[in-house]
Amino acid sequence: MSLLSLQGIRKSFGAVDVLHGVDLKVDAGEVVGLVGDNGAGKSTLMKTITGIYRADSGSIHFDGKDILPLDPGQRRRLGIEMIYQDLSLAKQQDVAANIFLGREPVKKLFGVIPGFVDKAEMDRQAAKMIERLGAHLPSINRSVGSFSGGQQQTVAIARALTFNPKLVIMDEPTAALAVREVQSVLDLIRRLKSEGIAVILISHRLNDVLSVTDRIVVLRHGRADADLVTANTNMTEVVSRIVGGGDIGAAAAHEQRG
Amino acid sequence: MQPNQVQSSQEGHASIADIVGIVEQSAFQKLRTSQAFWVSVALFVLVVFMTMLEPSFGTAENATNITRNFAPIAIMGLGMTVVLITGGIDLSVGSVMGLVAIVAGVLLTAHYSWYVAFIAGLLAGIACGAFNGFFVAYIGMPSFVVTLGMLSVARSLAVVLSGNQMLYQFGPDAPIVKAIGQAKWPIHSPDGWVPNWIPQFSSHFWVMVVMALALGWVFIFTAWARHLFAIGGNETAARMTGVPVDKIKFQAYVFSSFCASIASLLLLGYSGSAINAVGTGYELRVIAGTVIGGASLMGGYGTAFGAVIGSAFLEVVRNALLMAGIDSNWQGAFVGIFIILAVLLGMGTSGRSLKSFFIIKRG
Repeated sequence: MSLLSLQGIRKSFGAVDVLHGVDLKVDAGEVVGLVGDNGAGKSTLMKTITGIYRADSGSIHFDGKDILPLDPGQRRRLGIEMIYQDLSLAKQQDVAANIFLGREPVKKLFGVIPGFVDKAEMDRQAAKMIERLGAHLPSINRSVGSFSGGQQQTVAIARALTFNPKLVIMDEPTAALAVREVQSVLDLIRRLKSEGIAVILISHRLNDVLSVTDRIVVLRHGRADADLVTANTNMTEVVSRIVGGGDIGAAAAHEQRG
Repeated sequence: MQPNQVQSSQEGHASIADIVGIVEQSAFQKLRTSQAFWVSVALFVLVVFMTMLEPSFGTAENATNITRNFAPIAIMGLGMTVVLITGGIDLSVGSVMGLVAIVAGVLLTAHYSWYVAFIAGLLAGIACGAFNGFFVAYIGMPSFVVTLGMLSVARSLAVVLSGNQMLYQFGPDAPIVKAIGQAKWPIHSPDGWVPNWIPQFSSHFWVMVVMALALGWVFIFTAWARHLFAIGGNETAARMTGVPVDKIKFQAYVFSSFCASIASLLLLGYSGSAINAVGTGYELRVIAGTVIGGASLMGGYGTAFGAVIGSAFLEVVRNALLMAGIDSNWQGAFVGIFIILAVLLGMGTSGRSLKSFFIIKRG
């Protein structure tokens, strides 16, 4: 049984139909690339998985449970994490506050009054996660808004991995990174796979997608247009699917531009 | 070991400084970048200067007056700070004061017990906050529009309920109501165990101190406050991480109105009467105090101490102008200048400053 199963997912915003009955399956420990042109519906599809958007119709099952009625917090608790393209960090808060945002370890004041943050525990766990990622941050108590793009991404990744997720969705994780940082993200994806964690990778950098994924799903005009086994495909075929079927000439031109 | 498990012993743990390769900001560094700290310094300098210039400024009696005058503004400022942190604004606090005073006053004149009147007043205020919170948080309307509407609605209700009359015949519980609003501590007793140079702080001041300490504690130690700051810093991020954004924004407006209600009831007791005009224009004084104290109008930052110190600063400036014999009509100009300076100071600490306007670009 698949870890994640989407069937007939539809989503529209007013009169604009974005997703037209998308089907998608992801197994535990599988890395699936999700590719498509701008406006194909990739981010919208992922946000319906995380619960930011509510699908208009269709079904989403995760680990055997129907998660369609659940809110983002409940879905996170089940083990779905997403690293958003804009990183979605609270820039004025520090590293630990961002990693634990929405899931702060709490203790009771005088053993009676609930809701008090266990700051020492947060700092300890945040430090361990950053150590695990082998990252270097300027300071754990500085606001993350003062960090570089790569450092902010480290915080976003740490947040996604701290609570033992079963599925990590990465939306353009390498878009604004230097070559060395890109490589470390790809290595991380491989490590997650080896630990049995499923990954959905959204990226326009097809070289990255081809180097780490098991399957590539092509989204086109809000539909899952192709489901390719990475080992049996190549850049040209993926690009031709993205730009629309069998137009290899257009695909080659697109590939050269990319 | 799983990443979310923590070893029970500290052994084998690298320190945070080891891992991130830098020592954290010192307390002094944090203090230096705090707007509330610099306002405190300015306040201290102003008090010393005015005491030297006008000895009657530094008396215990004047200190009692100043603290009593700014305490209601600071109490409301605590509520306003919470709203500002979420990235909103509450323009209705002054009118909520008026409505709360009239609701309590109407019941007192009808000879209801003081606590029934006070609870009814609080509930009326909280209802206004709930109205604001519902339309801002759950309907998604701009806070400026909703609270501007409530400013008119609450004031209008106050006028209607009072019959546009001052209410002052408070019945059998009038002495209790006055005692609540006029109480002072410590008391200058005849045997003189409290020397006369120590100010007698009003009940308003002590309520403010308790509320500020409580809110400061909440800001530092609770998950609720972390979510509050996250909403102001990046509402989308907060929502995506499962923070109950709408619920917390709703609570912020309820708390703001609750604070305005407390301030109103204290002023009701102090004056011994309820007038529907109470709190008129207070919203601007409250916003000014919180912004001068360092709260960001863009959301994501504010402190309980800042709300108190900003309100205190404004009242000391007002008092100093009067004592220095400067026309009281200049007060607004000074307040306006301080607001602009405070926002400029805030821009400087957030990485943007006037420098950017004066950089000469080379061809």
